[in-house]
Amino acid sequence: MPVEEIPRETLLWMYETMVRIRVHEERVAELFAQGKVPGFVHLYVGEEAVAVGVMANLRREDFITSTHRGHGHYIAKGGDVKASMAELFGKKTGSGKGKGGSMHIADLDVGELGANGMVGGGIPHAVGAGLGIKLNGLDNVAVAFFGDGASNQQNFHEGINLAAIWKLPVVFVCENNQYQISLSYDKQQTIKSVAERAKAYGIPGVSVDGQDVLAVYEVAKEAIERARRGEGPTLIEAKTYRFRGHFEGDPQVYRSKEEVEWWKKNKDPIKLFEEKLLAKGIATREELDAIWEKARKEIEEAVKFAEESPWPSKEELLEDVFSTPTKGVLVWQW
Amino acid sequence: MAVVREITFAQALNEALDYEMGKDEKVVVMGEDVGLYGGIYGVTAGLYEKYGPERVRDTPIAESGFVGTAVGAAATGLLRPVVELMFIDFLGVTYDQIYNQAAKMRYMFGGKARIPMVLRTTCGAGFSAAAQHSQSLHALFIHVPGLKVVMPSTPYDAKGLLISAIEDDDPVIFIEHKGLYAVKGPVPEEPYSIPLGEADVKREGKDVTIVATAAMVHKSLEVAEKLAEEGVSVEVVDPRSLVPLDTDTILNSIKKTGRLVVVDEGYPRAGFATDIAALAASRAFEHLKAPVKIITPPATPVPFSPALENEWIPSAERIENAVREVL
Ligand SMILES: Cc1ncc(C[n+]2csc(CCOP(=O)(O)OP(=O)(O)O)c2C)c(N)n1
Repeated sequence: MPVEEIPRETLLWMYETMVRIRVHEERVAELFAQGKVPGFVHLYVGEEAVAVGVMANLRREDFITSTHRGHGHYIAKGGDVKASMAELFGKKTGSGKGKGGSMHIADLDVGELGANGMVGGGIPHAVGAGLGIKLNGLDNVAVAFFGDGASNQQNFHEGINLAAIWKLPVVFVCENNQYQISLSYDKQQTIKSVAERAKAYGIPGVSVDGQDVLAVYEVAKEAIERARRGEGPTLIEAKTYRFRGHFEGDPQVYRSKEEVEWWKKNKDPIKLFEEKLLAKGIATREELDAIWEKARKEIEEAVKFAEESPWPSKEELLEDVFSTPTKGVLVWQW
Repeated sequence: MAVVREITFAQALNEALDYEMGKDEKVVVMGEDVGLYGGIYGVTAGLYEKYGPERVRDTPIAESGFVGTAVGAAATGLLRPVVELMFIDFLGVTYDQIYNQAAKMRYMFGGKARIPMVLRTTCGAGFSAAAQHSQSLHALFIHVPGLKVVMPSTPYDAKGLLISAIEDDDPVIFIEHKGLYAVKGPVPEEPYSIPLGEADVKREGKDVTIVATAAMVHKSLEVAEKLAEEGVSVEVVDPRSLVPLDTDTILNSIKKTGRLVVVDEGYPRAGFATDIAALAASRAFEHLKAPVKIITPPATPVPFSPALENEWIPSAERIENAVREVL
């Protein structure tokens, strides 16, 4: 999409949000290496344009469901980075009070229905959000993010079929980063593009360059507007690439260094967008540098907040299992 | 007390659904053949005509998809879905959505989610439906923290408990024994709710406590009736809700009678019956005058042949013998 057709404010929001995600993820990689972030950590570096291109079209009231690689979605949807950083550390002040961690970052206040440890598990939740939107007569949408690997999973097929037959305002966004851990895309399915699967459900399917934030923005805009108009779901496949291993600590025996370097050099979504913004005179080098500076400061503050936050108290172990108190024993301890 | 009309267990459930749908637009019913067909057990009959296809939603055979849809819809706060899963045996197809998603979201999100949904499903053998359509798998749900599990035995309880389940903000697994749908009993016309976590002493007695679930409650009552003629006084406790569990009522009964028989149609190992026996052993051991007896089916799949299936299901005779043994 030509930059001229997009408000400058939106363009700068997109740039800034991609930068915030990049800085966040690289910092988390360091923190993980230092042993400060426990558990599994799956980073989003290289895929920023997908979350940002889609989210630029969403409102706070719209819903998303995310994956095990969810930090980028969370940030782009407007989540509180201090709360999520504290969650990564397992602290009391975390978005899940330290009970969820990296794979379960959520923020219902901004319509983020949760990252998910089960591949494909969140896809039907977006369908449910879409059903709720439709039955309440709202014009919001729900977007399900998932990977190429997840597109082989039952929840993908069942969820997309339900959204199609019920004409729900749901957009399915496959982040095809070309690997399901070590299994490359061409060994997962025989079709050239995940978008082709849309045909089986009688809905539109489009494939887009996921490293080009404006291209993602354009197809997402169309799909989201279509959903808002009550015309039903769309399947978007964004072809992208994760610059880091599947999870932190992945030895990456399944791909060559050259391949990774090629993508970093030629298809870095931030660099590509930056060149465009500069060439078109939308922003100056100084302005862009200031955005990086601001993002680094923000993330450092979040890290400081997380480090200084207290651990959850022992009592909290037994809290938040249920929401409605009832008679009888609810949380069992012998 | 005024005479109350008698209706079936299925009709009682239907009244609860009708009442909740009439009261709250957010309540929607979803599942296979729940619409025009009225549910293969007739529980949703008439709702489609009254509330329309948007709120009484027929689904394709996509159990994980539609249970997950209910979870997502509930999490948004926009709907309060009631899902019908034809047979509890099919839950494996959708188990992730129940035990990893619905059950855990609130905890993992630090208490910031509510999942107001009910999954209605059926259990129970006795119809020569064989091993994939006859199981009582409630223990699988009891096992996982974050789920409430309800299992009524009478039409009265069915109506009151389903109303409570739908109004509850947590995921509730509501298990209906297939052998009970046609059972009739007194049910008030007006809506009423029975709190989850409140057991019911279905018959008072002083010599032996039987803790029984679903269809086994009725068998135990028969046995109690019969033994009463011999002067044996049997107390029958129906927990009604398995999570939360009314341990007070169960333990008080054991303390009173000093003898316990647990009767459940679930499999014998790591099941609800062993759970209750463990409760008695750990919290009321000093009151026990005899070893606890556990009556369940054997650890085999449910057989097809009526001759074998009759043998599989705990019989009144086995319950009676167990009571005699602990006396
Ligand atoms: C149901 C399920 N199966 C397997 C896993 C283990 N697992 C975690 S991530 C992953 C790969 C997912 O690949 P894809 O959907 O392409 O997403 P990506 O990691 O590439 O973003 C696997 C197999 C899981 N978490 N859940």
